Amino acid sequence: MLHIPCPYCGPRDETEFHYGSEAHVAYPENSANLTDEEWAKFVFIRSNPKGWMAERWVHSAGCRRWFNVWRNTINHEFGPSYKPFTQQPKSPA
Amino acid sequence: MSTVNFTFDGKQFSGEKGESLASALLRNGVVHFTDSSYKDRPRGVMGLWVEETNALVNVDSGAGEPLKPATTIELVEGLVVRSAQGVGDLPDTRDNSRYDKANRHVDVLVVGAGTSGLEAAKKFSDQGKSVIVMDDKPAAGGHLTHLGQPVPAELLAVLDRENVTYLPRTTVQGMYDQGYSVATERRTDHLDSNVHTEMSRIRTWHIRADHTVLATGAFQRHLVFANNDRPGIMLSHAAATYVSNGANPFKTAVVVTVDNQGYRDAIRLHKAGVKVAAVVDIRKKVSKSTKKSSRKAIEALGIRLIKGATVVDTSANLDGVLSSVSIGQAKSDLKETINADLLAISGGWTPVVHLATFIGIKPTWSEKRAAFVVKHHSQFVSTTGMLAGDFGDDDEAAAFFGPKLTTEQALVAFVDYQRDATYRDFKRAIDAGMRSIEHVKRYTAIGTAHDQGKTSGTVTMGLIGQAIGKAPDEIGSLTFRPPYISIPFAALAGRDRGLLSDPERTTPIHSWHVASGAPMEDVGQWKRPWYFPKSGETMHAAVLRECAAVREGVGVMDASTLGKIDIQGKDAGQFLDLIYTNMFSTLKVGMSRYGLMCGIDGMVFDDGVTTRISENHWLMTTTTGGAAKVLDWLEEWLQTEWPHLEVYCTSVTEQISTVAIVGPKSRELMKRLAPSLDVSNESFAFMENKHADVAGVPARIARISFSGELAYEINVPAIYGLHIWESVMSQGADLNITPYGTETMHVLRAEKGFVIVGQETDGTQTPDDLDMNWIVSKKKDDFIGKRSFSRADTAREGRHQLVGILGDDGSYVIPEGAYIVAGADANTPPPIKHIGYITSSYDSAALGRSFALALVANGLARKGEKIAIPMADRVVTGVITDSVFVDKENTRRDG
Repeated sequence: MLHIPCPYCGPRDETEFHYGSEAHVAYPENSANLTDEEWAKFVFIRSNPKGWMAERWVHSAGCRRWFNVWRNTINHEFGPSYKPFTQQPKSPA
Repeated sequence: MSTVNFTFDGKQFSGEKGESLASALLRNGVVHFTDSSYKDRPRGVMGLWVEETNALVNVDSGAGEPLKPATTIELVEGLVVRSAQGVGDLPDTRDNSRYDKANRHVDVLVVGAGTSGLEAAKKFSDQGKSVIVMDDKPAAGGHLTHLGQPVPAELLAVLDRENVTYLPRTTVQGMYDQGYSVATERRTDHLDSNVHTEMSRIRTWHIRADHTVLATGAFQRHLVFANNDRPGIMLSHAAATYVSNGANPFKTAVVVTVDNQGYRDAIRLHKAGVKVAAVVDIRKKVSKSTKKSSRKAIEALGIRLIKGATVVDTSANLDGVLSSVSIGQAKSDLKETINADLLAISGGWTPVVHLATFIGIKPTWSEKRAAFVVKHHSQFVSTTGMLAGDFGDDDEAAAFFGPKLTTEQALVAFVDYQRDATYRDFKRAIDAGMRSIEHVKRYTAIGTAHDQGKTSGTVTMGLIGQAIGKAPDEIGSLTFRPPYISIPFAALAGRDRGLLSDPERTTPIHSWHVASGAPMEDVGQWKRPWYFPKSGETMHAAVLRECAAVREGVGVMDASTLGKIDIQGKDAGQFLDLIYTNMFSTLKVGMSRYGLMCGIDGMVFDDGVTTRISENHWLMTTTTGGAAKVLDWLEEWLQTEWPHLEVYCTSVTEQISTVAIVGPKSRELMKRLAPSLDVSNESFAFMENKHADVAGVPARIARISFSGELAYEINVPAIYGLHIWESVMSQGADLNITPYGTETMHVLRAEKGFVIVGQETDGTQTPDDLDMNWIVSKKKDDFIGKRSFSRADTAREGRHQLVGILGDDGSYVIPEGAYIVAGADANTPPPIKHIGYITSSYDSAALGRSFALALVANGLARKGEKIAIPMADRVVTGVITDSVFVDKENTRRDG
């Protein structure tokens, strides 16, 4: 079970959280003007890197707040977590 | 030591309290324990601990447990066991023992209380860290017990320190990410043979450690030669330990070895009074230090050394017990036969790599130790002791796993004792082209028994290497999975049994439903009444009766489980416009509107009715199962995309009880319940909300219908739910008020073609697919999912669309999930392409026949088309229809 550092509550067990996929994939403001290909890229395509990845989690069974956190997809190690719309810390890589 | 009495296979024995059952049986001269699972070959105890492959027993006393290694059972007064021939059986009485769980956060978890584990505990304790030491044996000492040496007192004293917790008899069963481990602590089986209810028999520990030290030690392994499974053949450290403790049924021993441990055990056997006829070492040459420490030492005791040779075969007496050992030079070249009743095998050490492999650490092959070891140090985990390859300075071993065998010998040379898997079975896998341990394992069943290959794993890797001329680490590496040893399910459940096994959610009206005898349906964690049968009534009859009552009179349903989210803030209307496909910001105060939510992919995700309570205050309802998911969804958009919107969401599902009275006579009943309320259609219209006292309780009443009938949903604070329900029942008695459950609700809504998200949808339906184009706003610039509606795939022809299906035989209810094919009959030759499937299917009182909803490719354009549904026992024929079966003009909803 992962131990996830909530920036509001501190580290908690994975069962308190829900996963929200890759961070910093903003909802396009001008969706009507996007080509099918551009829209499909937003809806379906994520970078899925091997290694460090910034991703979103929500502390559903805790403070109910969404946040971003660095996680290494190889060994599940967590880097710094940070609140939305704040400066992204550098990748631990 | 005190003497205790126990029963083995119906016979009375006595032994020393606390010694292992295996030891006690040897003390009593029982060498032949049981017979093997498949081949009925006589077998004796092989090992010392959980690596045991032969001596399994079923425990009948106390809590009872199947298939326990006799080597791990501590002897207590009144113990009753039966030998298990590879198959366990549970006692048929209920286990009344208590089980529980504990959680612990700790700086350092040390797994294993051998020398290395104790040293690690000391190091971290000295640094002021909190340390927990878990060891699966009754006493600390680890490998020192294999050497017959005492544990240094200064190391044992570490376990008494303030910042150190020591848990003996505690097996770390699984290790997971970020220092999370699960362990089971055996707390009562070693005390006596009683069932304990005052304290837990097994406590399951959930540990989160900043750092975990694996000091798990090693098992000895066997060698593969002909007839290597007879009673009297044991791992050498096990034989030496039993015999040194006085459990000695043996007279003459041969020790066969690939390393220095065989010499140490030969010396221990000799000192305990067993005549050691020979030590047979496959190694011709050894290092100077080994020569000094091992070879010189046995020579000094007059023990004969046979170098460069090994055991190739054995013989048994008429009881099947070992009588002699045949020695050769690693081939089938028999040189000499020595009479012996004990053959002690030292086939090399196999470090316990299980926990390391659980978290993805790969063992590496140590040439010097002839063993897979794990040298690892990271933030979360480090290894030490024998696991890390630290066997003691003079320990060297030959990577030798067994002599070359003839075809006949291979048939009786066992690789995995418990599976009765022989070298012949193994060779067949190699000859069939298997090379990886994972393939060989699945082809032969080696390593799949109760012991999960604790001793046979490395032996198999070595044999593959020998067979194809590669080093063991070139074959791959061993991978194990939790649990490390078998665990009773009761231990994992802890106190979460029976009623506590899963949380149940019930409405404030639940007690009434239960008292009425309604069977319950599980909807997520909610318990909802399914139907309300009268005495002797079948479900089918009850549902038809309930449906008819709602369509012709008045019914009542507990709708309290609907998800409810209170939404407030000045931007709530704007927010709802983005979340729902239809327009909400223009909704008048006091009105409700049905809405559909889609994902960004344009697929329907949830639905429900949302009410504007006041200018900036809304109440959203969701599907019963979707409430938590929808709340997370709303928060996701508010927090991560639109933080500038001032909107606050709160779950109020449990705070509000909803009682729906439904049917043409509901207006009359509503008037009686709320005399102050004008219930006429003119002043209280469809989708309107009114506040009034209902049965003396302030309530919000909504004209919402999920059946197509005139209906009023009475919403009150949850504590008044039962009061409202009972008032409805008494005030409606002369109207033949009929309570109905989820099944009738489903039938009524399906007759109207109302979808249930999750039943008519599976995450691949757009509003268009559900024939709900009317609910998609053309005015709004954007809402979640809008852009996806014009994607090539969502806009294409031929998508599955919601339609009705009427089978030609109205008395047959087509099973839900059945596949539909176009225009075929029983004579159409296969293959026949399917065009869709049934999503809902019921018998209808209103229609006087069965009907169904279905998703059919291009279905909306195919109404009137003949279809067929091939079933196992028949071909159902029918026709595609509109999805609305009752009251297409919506005349009934106003009464």
